Amino acid sequence: MKFVDEFRDGNTAQALARAIRRKVTRPWALMEVCGGQTHSIVRFGLDELLPEAISLIHGPGCPVCVTPVALIDQALAIAARPEVTFCSFGDMLRVPGSAEDLFAVKSRGGDVRVVYSPLDALALARQLPDRQVVFFAVGFETTAPANALAVAQAKREGLANFSILVSHVRVPPAMVAILSSPRRRVDGFLAAGHVCAVMGTEEYVPLAAQYRVPIVITAFEPVDLLQGILMCVSQLEEGRAEVENQYVRLVQAGGNRPAQALIQEVFQVVDRTWRGIGGIPDSGLGLKPAYAAFDAARRFGVEAVGGEESAECQSGLVLQGLLKPPQCPAFGKACTPDHPLGATMVSSEGACAAYHRYRRFDPVGRAGA
Amino acid sequence: MCLGVPGRILDVQEGSLRMGRVAFGPTVKEVSLACVPEAIPGEWVVVHAGLALERLDETEARLMLESLAELEAGLDGEGA
Repeated sequence: MKFVDEFRDGNTAQALARAIRRKVTRPWALMEVCGGQTHSIVRFGLDELLPEAISLIHGPGCPVCVTPVALIDQALAIAARPEVTFCSFGDMLRVPGSAEDLFAVKSRGGDVRVVYSPLDALALARQLPDRQVVFFAVGFETTAPANALAVAQAKREGLANFSILVSHVRVPPAMVAILSSPRRRVDGFLAAGHVCAVMGTEEYVPLAAQYRVPIVITAFEPVDLLQGILMCVSQLEEGRAEVENQYVRLVQAGGNRPAQALIQEVFQVVDRTWRGIGGIPDSGLGLKPAYAAFDAARRFGVEAVGGEESAECQSGLVLQGLLKPPQCPAFGKACTPDHPLGATMVSSEGACAAYHRYRRFDPVGRAGA
Repeated sequence: MCLGVPGRILDVQEGSLRMGRVAFGPTVKEVSLACVPEAIPGEWVVVHAGLALERLDETEARLMLESLAELEAGLDGEGA
């Protein structure tokens, strides 16, 4: 497939790995921010191509994983209502709330549907005027324009039976939280390519300068990731801390202006709680007052609903890069993709799920490092 | 979750919502082109959650692959 296969070439990947080995003189810890990058790294065994001195820390960039239990519980309360058709990306259906998941609601007869896009949910609202159609709007900046477009269009059409339950998060405040932590281990970042396709690279420049940390906007295929690692390691070895763009075929410095305009029209920056991590100021997006009528939590009066995380789940440490999944006592035992304790074992991009899928039988080696 | 899939635009329908059909290999989907107002049929875009996020730049992709081929040749030349 074009724009995919040529970035999976094994010889190029080996050449990049050799270039990285030549460059490295001391230990460095790099964090890939996005769960899609984590998935690629574990799937293709890219960490095993790297010299021992380079450790990859898996970041919190999986929106399914960081959606707080309280919001899952709100989703469950809304989805259980007889007049509601509840639409979600597939990954969210098996994320455990404090008592159950959306699949349990569906198995009891709840109208819970998997959609590919918020625009599909909007189309359902047009087709089913007697139903209340609710879309579970989780995601990073990448997903915000599609959700904003759906809400703006619903308002334009006067669709009174469409609303969204918002759990939007923003990447830069999470990076600040990681960099400010007294337990900081991260020397450099591979920033999330598609988030930057929307938002551009400029908001990372002050971060790189203030925290003296290289930030390389990186794509998702093996060759991309290894090139991003080489760029990041080169900066570290040369004492530079800059924003660089590996994903030049897609990401422009200013990002995508129409997408940013959609976000600004519909959403405003709010504080947000991250599952497993806690509250991070300014780290979320919520609906602006002009669009409050499309807020499902408000429409169905579930704002006060909330629950607690399983005490056994250590996903908070995994999401901060302080624990590798196989080091968790519950990994592969009390916690599996069929019976997940936390969201990182559910989403295909969650670090625990990626290790369980690709490294279950080799949990020692580099996976346990 | 932030998965973006490259696809080629087959056609464009202008309107209050700029839409178009995009081919992902053998699969064709209806996609919003609201954020890529200049994109035309034949161009490649990266699509996420039913929305084209941005146009792919074929020239930049080719330049990067060429620079990587040079890196590879250089390392081979040094017998590393």
